[in-house]
Amino acid sequence: MSNMNEQMAAKYKNNFLKEIEEQAEMGDWVKMCMQCGVCSGSCPTNFHAGWDHPPQEIFMMIRAGKREEVLTSNSMWQCTSCYNCYVRCPRKVPITHIMHGIAEYAYRLGLAPKMQPSLHLSQTFWNNATKHGRVNEVQLTQSLYFKDGIGAGIKKAMEMKDVALGLVKAKRLNIMEALGGGHKCKDVDGIHKMLAKAKELEAKRKAGKAAGA
Amino acid sequence: MAAEKKHAAYICSGCGLGERLDIDALEGVAKKDGKMQVVRTHDFLCSQGGVAMIQNDIDNDGVTHVAIAACSRRAKTEAFNFPTTAISRGNLREGVIWVRPDTDEARETTQEMAEDYVRMACAEVKAMTQPAGNPNTGTVKTLLVVGGGMTGMTAALEASKAGYKVVLVEKTGALGGWAAKLYKRVPTREPFKAPQDNGVADLVSQIEADSNIKVYTNATIAKTSGAPGRFKVDIAVESGPTVTEDIGAILQATGFNLYDVNKLPQLGGGQANVVDQAGLEALARAANGGAIKRADGKEVKSVVFVQCAGQRDTSGEHLSYCSGYCCNTSIKQAMYFKDNNPDIDTVVLFTDLRTPGNGEDFYRSAQNKGVIFSKGVVSGVTASGGGCTVKFHDLILDDKNAQIDADLVVLATGAVPNSGVNIDNPVDAPAAAPAEGEAPAAPVVEEKPISILNLDYRQGPDVPQFKYGFTDSHFICFPYETRRTGIYTAGPVRRPMDIAQAQEDATGAAMKAIQAMENAGLGKAAHPRAGDLSFPSVRLEGCTQCKRCTVECPFGAIDEDEKRFPLFNESRCRRCGTCMGACPVRVISFENYSVNTVGAQIKAVNIPDEFSEKPRILILACENDAYPALDMAAMNRNEYSAWVRAIPVRCLGSVNTIWITDALNSGYDGVMLMGCKHGEDYQCHFVKGSELGRYRLSKVGDTLKGMNLETERVFDMEVAITDMDTLPKKINEYAEMIQGFGPSPFKGF
Amino acid sequence: MARKEYAFYPGCSSQKGASASNYLTSVESMCKTLDIKITEIPDWNCCGASISYAEAGELPRHAMNARNFALAESNLPGQDIVATCAACWLGARESKERLEHNDRLMADTQEALKEAGLNIKTIPEIKHMVEVLIEDLGYDELKKPVKKPLNGMKFAGYVGCQTNRPFGIHGESFENPVYLDKLIETVGGEATPYDQKVTCCGGALAFSEPDKAQAQIKDIIEAAYDSGAEMLVTPCPLCQANTEVYQGQINKKYGTKFQMPVLYYSQLMTLAYGGSAKEAGLDGNVIRARKLEEFAGK
Repeated sequence: MSNMNEQMAAKYKNNFLKEIEEQAEMGDWVKMCMQCGVCSGSCPTNFHAGWDHPPQEIFMMIRAGKREEVLTSNSMWQCTSCYNCYVRCPRKVPITHIMHGIAEYAYRLGLAPKMQPSLHLSQTFWNNATKHGRVNEVQLTQSLYFKDGIGAGIKKAMEMKDVALGLVKAKRLNIMEALGGGHKCKDVDGIHKMLAKAKELEAKRKAGKAAGA
Repeated sequence: MAAEKKHAAYICSGCGLGERLDIDALEGVAKKDGKMQVVRTHDFLCSQGGVAMIQNDIDNDGVTHVAIAACSRRAKTEAFNFPTTAISRGNLREGVIWVRPDTDEARETTQEMAEDYVRMACAEVKAMTQPAGNPNTGTVKTLLVVGGGMTGMTAALEASKAGYKVVLVEKTGALGGWAAKLYKRVPTREPFKAPQDNGVADLVSQIEADSNIKVYTNATIAKTSGAPGRFKVDIAVESGPTVTEDIGAILQATGFNLYDVNKLPQLGGGQANVVDQAGLEALARAANGGAIKRADGKEVKSVVFVQCAGQRDTSGEHLSYCSGYCCNTSIKQAMYFKDNNPDIDTVVLFTDLRTPGNGEDFYRSAQNKGVIFSKGVVSGVTASGGGCTVKFHDLILDDKNAQIDADLVVLATGAVPNSGVNIDNPVDAPAAAPAEGEAPAAPVVEEKPISILNLDYRQGPDVPQFKYGFTDSHFICFPYETRRTGIYTAGPVRRPMDIAQAQEDATGAAMKAIQAMENAGLGKAAHPRAGDLSFPSVRLEGCTQCKRCTVECPFGAIDEDEKRFPLFNESRCRRCGTCMGACPVRVISFENYSVNTVGAQIKAVNIPDEFSEKPRILILACENDAYPALDMAAMNRNEYSAWVRAIPVRCLGSVNTIWITDALNSGYDGVMLMGCKHGEDYQCHFVKGSELGRYRLSKVGDTLKGMNLETERVFDMEVAITDMDTLPKKINEYAEMIQGFGPSPFKGF
Repeated sequence: MARKEYAFYPGCSSQKGASASNYLTSVESMCKTLDIKITEIPDWNCCGASISYAEAGELPRHAMNARNFALAESNLPGQDIVATCAACWLGARESKERLEHNDRLMADTQEALKEAGLNIKTIPEIKHMVEVLIEDLGYDELKKPVKKPLNGMKFAGYVGCQTNRPFGIHGESFENPVYLDKLIETVGGEATPYDQKVTCCGGALAFSEPDKAQAQIKDIIEAAYDSGAEMLVTPCPLCQANTEVYQGQINKKYGTKFQMPVLYYSQLMTLAYGGSAKEAGLDGNVIRARKLEEFAGK
């Protein structure tokens, strides 16, 4: 992975803005930011500690060529997908998608922060959803709890036991799903082939852009 | 005009006046106290029938002076319009019944208020004469435009299109001004995405083809004398004879100069690879769409634009204002590079990008083209390698040591108005000619501004300036008007602006100048008393040559004759009455507004004795803001004290201190003066009137002390037209305070 | 024949035994009363939701949604797709918009779909159930079947994010959408005004960053209580779950005494239309809505 990072860095030389424009979803909108800061002020997570840079700063850093700092940042991973920045942006910059896009690119390059919980959730969720075509909520929860090992998983499960029990009582958590039950699509095979093709095409397209850089 | 005076009063009982007031008693007051020869009432005076009744008396009964006791003088002006007859108005509706409660307890004091307003209207009209008009008019309808840049050319063409002759004077050898030096200009049309042709050639060819416009190039104004409608302007043409033109009105469009880049050495001013915006235009013109090269011939591959260079400066060293056009200009100049080669690094460093109007679309277009905009404050530009290093504080990332290297740096230095001599600054004002036999004054080393208009007015050779050297004008109400009647300024000499704004400005100012010429020809005043035929006259035998009137006139209307008496130029006068207020011997008056017309009203009020517990408070209210605010308070039924008697004045500047001392001597308990805001953000419609008035009236305190009266009895109040809700409260607070002082000891004398 | 027919996209959480199964119960009851026929898209799959962005990338997400479009189009021709889940609706709408405006993305998507033996001709309209109610039927029609108005009950309409932004319900403002309040009023309840109506509940971060999400949830519940509301009402399964199931943990952490039931609009409507507690899925609420249970029993 770090190899891909070096390749991309070399291909785009010092033009990190161009790299983001071509490689990150909706990245070509970054240049349209006018640095008013409405996004930063609109982000619900802004009120909590632990986030490095609001979108306004991320965009400015991209223009300033701070590649390493942006791609290793934990900022994009804080996004709750609430779209408040998106609708309030006076420039109609699709900030939510750009934050997702930069995060995805950082992950693709192997630069995303290690043990980033939302990255882990993203991986787990997608793998869970695409395994059978539909989400298996029990298995999803299990994978999330036990990501840090069995001990931590049990501890976490104990913490959350009231929540889980409530859901079970309300028939909204089916323990049986843990044992391979649960909902599935019929044409799982077709879905897998389709997704493999989609991944292949996307990789090809992005590599093509980098080649032209 | 009829030789015999016949006075008539008309009292209206409509709009609820009849229900609230004893109309018969008012009729009696008009006869007995007002001494009116004819007194009539009508239940709907502003109706056709009511107006016909008055007109009939004027036409068939020889009535020459009419007191109308009905609504405010600001209401029903079209109905009560009798051009040959002197008219006064007793304000019974807005001044009385609408500001008083309809209760049994209030009935007596409300009636007293109404009776006083009837007495005042009768007294005022008896002291008035209907103005005959200014005999000293000039009817020249040629507009002089000074300055042949975008503003001047546009003004000349617009005036010509409206059917007026224009004389256009340009000091350089060609028309076009700054715009002619631009490679391209900021777009003025949809989709506002790319620079467009500077438009100069088109305007020049239109002017050349226009038979209404006479152009003098390499020419300056040697002397301007006269007044609107009859200016005489000497035009000095380089290597040629001086020409004198008859001019009706003047439009000064003398533009600006760039702030000197050499005053900014810390930003690289003076370095080889640092240019100002004009410098970049020259490079772009030389490149003509090709690669832009520096002075040393090197092709520019990276460029940094520094916004607000020497502008919006808080240190006091440079320009403290924003020049308004530079952001769009830098966006345009960045596009010069990007349109030629998208790989050229173009960075604009700004603190606030200000792109008025459709500049927002232009800004977006530049972002789309890949121009990088960074929010930062530049701390220094130094030469390095083959180019420059720009050090800046990145405001978004709060990086104080950010820096960029560039082949070329462009400084947006902004505009300094080219407004001529600052007549209020003794350093700039021309030294008085040395008296005969004296040695001429030592030559001054510092370069002085050169006069543009060379007015032969007593108050100085150019139009007065406001802040930062921009010409003074009433920013909100009359933006193009200078403080010299018939002389208008437009474009960046008036305030910072771009070409599009300057062209709009030019059009507006040309229209105002045409209005001024037309009014001057009819002997009528320009705004804000547009159409007024009255003008000041002076009883010279009483004049002590103190010169207060000539010094204080905010419009430079008064010169001095050879015997050092004031010489009024009626066509330059705005009829504010500041001269009348200033005159210590009270020899200046208007036919329909004088020390007498107001003084008679003050004296007409019935002053109850000290045991009545009914104080009387005189309000002198500016007719432009304060009096309308009182009317609007009435429309909103905001009640106020029954002790007040309000008289409108043309301007606080016209208030003569005799009115105040007379009022206090005759037993009034207090005087409220209501005028517009003065100072840096003045609202005064006569610009300096309220300030001069206030200064004059600030001395009244001594008089009060001399009379052993509380100084607070005279209260100076700033009133804006929007104060209709707060004003009544303030009046009531003041009335309460006055009541607390107890009655004036001068009652009954 | 029913007066309206839709290709129904219930989404993963609405399935039997899943976290929003009671939403589906109440939606089915409501639709029955309103004579709306909803037919499940055969073999529909997950939309990917927002959180999959990192692992999925762009095209695979669109492919997942495109598969549902193709299935709806071929099996239920001419029918608009209706989703009950805010995230499903948003994911599907986003994909529709991108694919319709980007020919290259559409071509790639078709190529991927081919692997599953599918193809898109025209992407159907995609509606949220709320749009079906207020746009296709209208408040007047929704009011007609009301048999038992929820008089005297106070609800805080919690709109949240994804039915509101970035697309939103037509004609509504992002900052203060009122459709949910109007729905509450249509069935006789009182909508209390409060300032957290469109605040984010944390979304998927309730799993990955629980402390941060719970802080946001606390603000929402607190504001609802302050407004005098007895219950929260929402159009989104994740909003519902997040604001309901973490109240106990929030109470522990912040010393609050939250015990506010969180309902779906469809549950209120089912009850107002005379449905039973079971038909309204009230047994699916973790924090039981006792007042509504009593109301349903009357």
